[in-house]
Amino acid sequence: MKLVIKNGRVIDPANKIEDVMDILVEGGKISKVARGIDVKADTVIDATDKIVMPGIVDMHVHLREPGREDKETVSSGTMAASKGGVTSVLAMPNTLPSLDSTEIIKTLKEIIKKTANVDVFICGAITIGRAGLELANLTALKKEGVIAISDDGASVDSDELMLKAFEIAKKEKLPVICHSEDKSLSGKGVVNLGFTSTRLGLRGISKESEYKRVARDIMLAEKSGAGVHIAHVSCGESVEIIRKAKRKGVKVTAETAPHYFGLNEEDLLDYNTDMKVNPPLRTKDDVLAIKEGLRDGTIDVIASDHAPHTENEKEIEFEYAEFGSTGLETELSVSVTELVSPGILTWSELVKRISFNPAMVLGIDKGTLGQGKDADIAIISADKEWVVNKAGFASKSKNSAFIGRKLKGAVEYTIYKGKVTYKA
Amino acid sequence: MTKKKTAKWIHKDLLGLEYLSKEDIELLLDTAESFREILDRKIKKVPALRGKTVVNLFYEPSTRTRVSFEVAAKRLSADVINIAVESSSVKKGETLNDTGKNIEALKADIIVVRHNCSGAANMLARNVNISVINAGDGWHEHPTQALLDMFTLRKKTGKLEGLNVSIVGDIAHSRVARSNIWGLTKFGANVTVCAPDILIPPGIEKMNVKITDDIDEALSEADAINVLRMQFERDDMKAFPSQLEYFKKFGITDDRLKKAKKGIIVMHPGPINRGVEISSEVADGANSVILEQVTNGIAVRMAVLFWVAQVRDKEKKDEIGY
Repeated sequence: MKLVIKNGRVIDPANKIEDVMDILVEGGKISKVARGIDVKADTVIDATDKIVMPGIVDMHVHLREPGREDKETVSSGTMAASKGGVTSVLAMPNTLPSLDSTEIIKTLKEIIKKTANVDVFICGAITIGRAGLELANLTALKKEGVIAISDDGASVDSDELMLKAFEIAKKEKLPVICHSEDKSLSGKGVVNLGFTSTRLGLRGISKESEYKRVARDIMLAEKSGAGVHIAHVSCGESVEIIRKAKRKGVKVTAETAPHYFGLNEEDLLDYNTDMKVNPPLRTKDDVLAIKEGLRDGTIDVIASDHAPHTENEKEIEFEYAEFGSTGLETELSVSVTELVSPGILTWSELVKRISFNPAMVLGIDKGTLGQGKDADIAIISADKEWVVNKAGFASKSKNSAFIGRKLKGAVEYTIYKGKVTYKA
Repeated sequence: MTKKKTAKWIHKDLLGLEYLSKEDIELLLDTAESFREILDRKIKKVPALRGKTVVNLFYEPSTRTRVSFEVAAKRLSADVINIAVESSSVKKGETLNDTGKNIEALKADIIVVRHNCSGAANMLARNVNISVINAGDGWHEHPTQALLDMFTLRKKTGKLEGLNVSIVGDIAHSRVARSNIWGLTKFGANVTVCAPDILIPPGIEKMNVKITDDIDEALSEADAINVLRMQFERDDMKAFPSQLEYFKKFGITDDRLKKAKKGIIVMHPGPINRGVEISSEVADGANSVILEQVTNGIAVRMAVLFWVAQVRDKEKKDEIGY
């Protein structure tokens, strides 16, 4: 099987390529990236005036399987991924039960083998049941194939336990992904603490609850020498703490989600529960700080934090509704609209943050169009505008914070291991 | 009061005073003025809403507001149904939206909803086609309470513009405070909020209010004070000093009133805690308008019911091609 992509603007920061070129795909691998490739192929895609980039590596995805197949499955979630130009996802461990044992990892691997439409990598839990009380057998999890660990959705409150986790993670070469939140500060809060919580009459979540825990996680990681990755950074203070740690040479990477630069707390003034996310949407100033962090490289990664929920869990009173927004199908377009269009990031810088860097953080051979690599490719109409609509999602859940928003940049093709898995 | 009803009412729902214009509020207050007269007649009833059904859907115990809405609806000849739900919860029972849709299917015209969650009325209004009136949602808004406070103030002083109004008490958890602030500031009144620091919510200065924790300062220039009910039983109050301490520092007493402007108007949304936020002498004294507020509340709620019902009627006429 041969596939040729002709005349696209190829963006491959790993190989410092940003030029109009052709790509030849053979046997599911990239076989050649050059000008004027003229071979007989089974499929020829004309990518004139389109961006051709390595498929997105989304390192923060909740596939909900096993346990909450009513929200999402490996099958539906990876279909949504394909639609969003995503070819690799990291499945987070807050399933039912949590991904804290080799048995459950085996089960999930079986499901992935049978039903996944893109590559699904697995993030194991740090503690049993993500309860923060007892470490999971991290060595065994690693052997079973998890490529990172996280108590995702929760933070390990005990400093001692967290330090121990970092020490084992260092030995096992497992990146630790931190949901940095001090629950004793965020409590029952549901929106950012400040004028918005006051105006809406809702309990607030302070920024301290985030950045204080970001600082702790970085300090413990530094002490242990392990690599730490801070998930879904939402506020300026966290960006600054990470920036300083990087300058100091600590092995820290960080990620943010499109809703933290595409939306701010003022957008949820009519109690739109699709915009109820954790950490909460912050202020306009925080959005600026996040964008600056992305620009200067303090924030390495854009990941969706795709968090599907059923209507029953969202179409209810704001304080009762679940936290989270879907994101696989909008992350690229939100990034183009908010970062590339206004000139905050170049295309090459965006590809670095959304495809290449996450692969680096996770230590997987993805996110580039180098010769011999998996032919995971997204083809994008950079200027095409579209309106996010509820009926258009491939995900089982429709709780997108961006419904109704006009976005720029549309996925035309997603190619996974040489096969077209999505075509607009 | 001259009546110039040039404003046109366009709102299906009344969710909060934040969402209304000054003209909208003026129209409601002017209309309430005419309805107020009806309450002093021998036969206190007009046929304005004959054939309409008003459902009081209350998820929080409330006698005062519920009865006030019931009386208001009955004075307008509407049929009234009261539904009291113990309290809403995420796991048990029917969802608020489903309950609302069922009430709509029963062909009711207006839902008056009281709910413990902020934003509940907004959500309900998005999900049903019939009118929704917010009778208090969490800490968010209690628009008819603020309207009746403003009505009472306007009746007493003639105008709201330039009026100095101090709101005293638990501002952080008060929907009455928020609605009053939105409403009064739209009329150019000068609003001061007075409370211990921990009961002042962050960013409230952006609502154009002055903040103080000194009750004498709050009283010194005030033409009126609105004393909020203190709820020491709530969880959030655990960090708070004693009731007695509060009364000593913030309680409205005769001694404190003596230092205030003569004729200062004392309001309270009720129910009052005598000796907690207000002394009995003040509550029952010459400056107090607390019981007038209760009567005015009926007139204001009649006006609200009347106007939201007009919007519904217009829609129906459009549907059948009038």
